[in-house]
Amino acid sequence: MLTRSVPILITFVVGVVLVVSFFIPHQPFGKLGEDFSVFFDIIASFAFFLGGGNLVRIHLETVGKRKPGWGYSGITLVSFFVTLFIGFSKIGNPWGIQGDLSEYGSPFYVIYESIFTPASATMYALLAFYVASASYRAFRAKNLEATVLLIAAFVILLGRTFVGAVLTAWLPDSLAFLRIPNLANWILVTPNLSGQRAIMIGISLGIISTSLKLILGIERSYLGGDGE
Amino acid sequence: MNRQTSAIRVFLFACLALFAAGRAYAAGEPAPPPLPLMPPTDVRAFDTPSDGGGSITIEFGPSPDEAAPNDPVVSYAVERAACKPEKFSFTGATSARLLAPRRRARETPALTIVDSDTQDGADYFYRVVAVARSGRRSDPVAIGPVQSKAQWFAVNKLNLLCLGAIVSLAIVFFIEAIRRGKKPFIRKIAGLDAVDEAIGRATEMGRPILFVPGINDMNDVQTVAAVIILGRIARTIAEYDTRLMMPNTRSLVMVAARETVKEAYTAVGRPDSYTDEMITYLTDEQLGYAAGVTGMMLREKPATCFYLGGFYAESLILAEAGNSIGAIQIAGTANPDQLPFFVAACDYTLLGEELFAASAYLSNEPKQLGSLKGQDVGKAIAMLVILIGTAVETAATLANSDLLQRIADFIHGLFRVAA
Repeated sequence: MLTRSVPILITFVVGVVLVVSFFIPHQPFGKLGEDFSVFFDIIASFAFFLGGGNLVRIHLETVGKRKPGWGYSGITLVSFFVTLFIGFSKIGNPWGIQGDLSEYGSPFYVIYESIFTPASATMYALLAFYVASASYRAFRAKNLEATVLLIAAFVILLGRTFVGAVLTAWLPDSLAFLRIPNLANWILVTPNLSGQRAIMIGISLGIISTSLKLILGIERSYLGGDGE
Repeated sequence: MNRQTSAIRVFLFACLALFAAGRAYAAGEPAPPPLPLMPPTDVRAFDTPSDGGGSITIEFGPSPDEAAPNDPVVSYAVERAACKPEKFSFTGATSARLLAPRRRARETPALTIVDSDTQDGADYFYRVVAVARSGRRSDPVAIGPVQSKAQWFAVNKLNLLCLGAIVSLAIVFFIEAIRRGKKPFIRKIAGLDAVDEAIGRATEMGRPILFVPGINDMNDVQTVAAVIILGRIARTIAEYDTRLMMPNTRSLVMVAARETVKEAYTAVGRPDSYTDEMITYLTDEQLGYAAGVTGMMLREKPATCFYLGGFYAESLILAEAGNSIGAIQIAGTANPDQLPFFVAACDYTLLGEELFAASAYLSNEPKQLGSLKGQDVGKAIAMLVILIGTAVETAATLANSDLLQRIADFIHGLFRVAA
């Protein structure tokens, strides 16, 4: 009973207080939003220990039981502990223990700039290929909607390159709106923006509805059941 | 005769004077000093409205010399003195708007500087100076004393309060109406209708189900919505006894999801099937997380992938990896920039609000469905206001009518969100 009613009560009180504080700038309400944000950060930082602990436990188990791919888990564990040790002890930091963690030239800086950043950039670069393959599937003119999408995408792609400008530069000023860069811009700021705003209105209403259901205790599935 | 002589004398004197002035100019003698710079107009200082105190707003109209062809006013400086109107010190500056003369004549925009370093209840004096391009300064316009104070209600958010109250009341009204037996019409959402089929497919193939709750923390409503949907889906997964994989990028989401899934397994009478290994933590780093999840997908080959929550650049990496292993994919996010990627790469996509409607839709409970109808009222209001606003704005432009423009501005102001 308490496992359900206490979280619902906390949600209700915190929800109502935050809504009220949005409309009352006077203290003590004015800064409650910021205060709750700080509370959240404190709780989240404690939860980080749970996350780190979970990571170590799972990979230790994989290595211990020699599960498939245990070598990767070993690399993960070694990387985790080496980075943690260097970060905490600040070994090799030019300014010693009082220096900034990511001081230029420190081992932590080297790990970050020479291993982490290139690895992240590599993952990010994969997007270029994924965009191409996803676009290829999405832009096949299977029906009317897909054909419209294909044409719009083609105009925008062309309008963003110098080819688009060159192709239609000969059009007189009275027909300037038909130049491909102008058409591309029109597609982006008129139909595209209208669609995005419609989605944003729906999202805002969805957020109001979800928040209201949580505050009033109508939505309880995050507690695992409906409590009925 | 005398008159004629006098007139001739005056004429000759004027000619001589003009000649002498021309000689002096040609010889490089200093030009007469320029006229003094005109100060800003309509200077006002007042307590900043709808705030928590500690702030005074200084508002003024542009100096007429903004339009001067030579050496126009380009900025304004505001100086402040506390307690007494002496010992002024610099508080802030703002650029002149340098509007086109035609626009300047039509609208006289107020320039504002907010002094947000005041003590409530103390007297402050201000003076505003116009500064020309050459550095010349106008005479200061002084004003004061002014005091700042905290307000108990943010009047500039009244429109939001009213709109929020209307939508909230509509939601509560429809929840009650449907609870009393009124049958609502709910539009079909293909992505949610496919949930059972997707879970069943994974069960038949003997492969796991992947649930990705996005990369935001629990303070994001998208993540909350994702965890709520997870609670619904987990029940079906538990009933079918299928394996769930849920890698997380935030520890707090992992903890919340574990509780939710554990309760769902317990609710359907399968608490023993639940293990903490289903829901794990990977990393807080966005692309590291994408790499980790992609690796899991390629190794474990889940038959069904759910991507529900807040997504950014990793959305397409995940969805394309899922596509390459032939998984049935259901995605949903309230981030409009990522929706096209999901639409292109996934089988079903929940567009924006559908993510928040999913829980109600899947539960099929009257009190939950009522909230969907309440949202519809909000949408109807939005559509109506957009139609009226567009019509009035168009008419105001075509007819060049100030009255219609004011009505259009009023409608626009109703939906302006205060900072």
